[in-house]
Amino acid sequence: MNRRVTIAYLAGLGLLLLAPNFIYPILVMKVLCFALFACAFNLLLGYTGLLSFGHAVFLGSAAYVTGHALKVWELPTLVGLLAGTVAAAALGWVIGSLAIRRQGIYFAMVTLALAQMVFFFFLQAPFTGGEDGLQGVPRGTLFGLDLANDINLYYLVAAIFSASFWLIQRTIHSPFGQILKAIRENEPRAISLGYDVAKYKLLAFVLSAGLAGLAGATKTLVFKFATLTDAHWHTSGEVVLMTLLGGMGTVFGPLVGATIIVTLQNELADKVGSLVTVIMGAIFVICVLAFRRGIVGESLALYKRMIGQKT
Amino acid sequence: MTEIFGVPIQALFGQLMLGLVNGSFYAVLSLGLAVIFGMLNIINFAHGALYMAGAMLAWMGMEYLGIGYWWMLLLAPICVGLIGIAIERLMLQWLYKLDHLYGLLLTFGLALMIEGLFRDLYGVAGQPYSIPEEFAGAFNLGFMFLPKYRAWIVFASLSVCLLTWYMIEKTRLGAYLRAATENPQLTQAFGINVPLMVMLTYGFGVGLAGFAGVLAAPASQVGPLMGSNLIIVVFAVVVIGGMGSILGSVVTGLGLGIIEGMTKVFWPEASATVVFMIMAVVLMIRPAGLFGREK
Repeated sequence: MNRRVTIAYLAGLGLLLLAPNFIYPILVMKVLCFALFACAFNLLLGYTGLLSFGHAVFLGSAAYVTGHALKVWELPTLVGLLAGTVAAAALGWVIGSLAIRRQGIYFAMVTLALAQMVFFFFLQAPFTGGEDGLQGVPRGTLFGLDLANDINLYYLVAAIFSASFWLIQRTIHSPFGQILKAIRENEPRAISLGYDVAKYKLLAFVLSAGLAGLAGATKTLVFKFATLTDAHWHTSGEVVLMTLLGGMGTVFGPLVGATIIVTLQNELADKVGSLVTVIMGAIFVICVLAFRRGIVGESLALYKRMIGQKT
Repeated sequence: MTEIFGVPIQALFGQLMLGLVNGSFYAVLSLGLAVIFGMLNIINFAHGALYMAGAMLAWMGMEYLGIGYWWMLLLAPICVGLIGIAIERLMLQWLYKLDHLYGLLLTFGLALMIEGLFRDLYGVAGQPYSIPEEFAGAFNLGFMFLPKYRAWIVFASLSVCLLTWYMIEKTRLGAYLRAATENPQLTQAFGINVPLMVMLTYGFGVGLAGFAGVLAAPASQVGPLMGSNLIIVVFAVVVIGGMGSILGSVVTGLGLGIIEGMTKVFWPEASATVVFMIMAVVLMIRPAGLFGREK
């Protein structure tokens, strides 16, 4: 079993490295950024049971900070990425410590409202460029490689994604991750077992915000701009949809969900115009009503039923 | 011209009035959310979209059928309420046994669908809707001009809130409703049709949103995006007030509207964010909300 899993992972990695030979690299990079975003979100929703409805704000703020660091301060690329990630994690700490004071539905509303507050701040602040966004962010170089070349950048993005994915995996399977799952399943019991639940929730929130920030920082590098859309609540809704569609609480679910949604948006954008929103809404409704475990979750359940294991 | 804190008194009262108007909308919308939440345990994300639908229906009635403001003030909320009943019967009713978050996700999807549909049909630009003749013009109060229509918005919203309060707290139907909120199984055992009440509650709650939409139509441009930004502020209002009491929602809604209006006078840059800042402070001091109970 374990060997099969290893082979599967290696195959996935191989696919990742070969992908730009077959598909337009910018699209794959976009998918990877959103997949990382969704994986970070899933860490919170799927494994801790916290539905944050304002996660786009971490994507957006990191995008702005990285863009600003690279364009205005002319810092090296890696430092810029790091700055964005740290900024998002710090913002995550502030928003998280307020939001974890409420639970369930209120948590979702609080995160949404706080994210909207930051959004309005970005709308007015001079360094974001308002409606126009921050444009013309240079990609810079890395170890002497020019990142303006899409293929070079692709391998950097693939490395960032793989490392983050591995980190999330490790977190989920660590004792820390087990405690998060315990909180998700039964919070009062976790408290009665002596765990400082608030601390664990906050740490999970900060970790998730930081990784979402890394996704946003990488996205700025790929598209060479940061816009208000990144921080808008529509984007927060999208990441919820990606995770839900792929399967929350599964390792590969967010990856699958992000791939489908990004590709779909890419394909449909020119054809149906604003009906894209309607389609996204419809997918939401269908997911909630018909298959709540998502594509990966339902497939796993089906597989287990076929080999006669109880789910 | 008289001034208070260096602000012309007319501008001050003008903003105060605008704040009251916004506050009335917050009050009606958060009241609808609270009624729905009490019964269904669902936060209705589609509330903003249905508010927008109410306004669009009023506009469409005028544009295509020539139905005037007063009839639409009655008809649009009923239509929105019927849409709500359809939503409850077809979708929401399957989710009651699940985690409450699914209700939020489902209504979020619905909000996207409704908003996207209207956007596809009418574009993002707003449509003008004229103020009914009876309310054109303004009262001269001596120290300021009070546009008649704004006064009507505040009056109508508060009347609806008061009526809702009376219905829930003082009538037999309201007593059933409160009983069903407290303990659905037991209420059902007494022979009261709880699923029917749940359905009607949702219809009524979103009907309130539709009513607010029609009220808002002449006061602002009628456009597909008018609901989505408002609903997030209303969420913050709900978090600040807590969903414990009806009067609590009304007081919180009005109060925050006024505070927002005053912020526009004294610190314009913060007027879009002041409600969220207050929410952050309330979360630090009194996490359950001003009128909420810690569960």
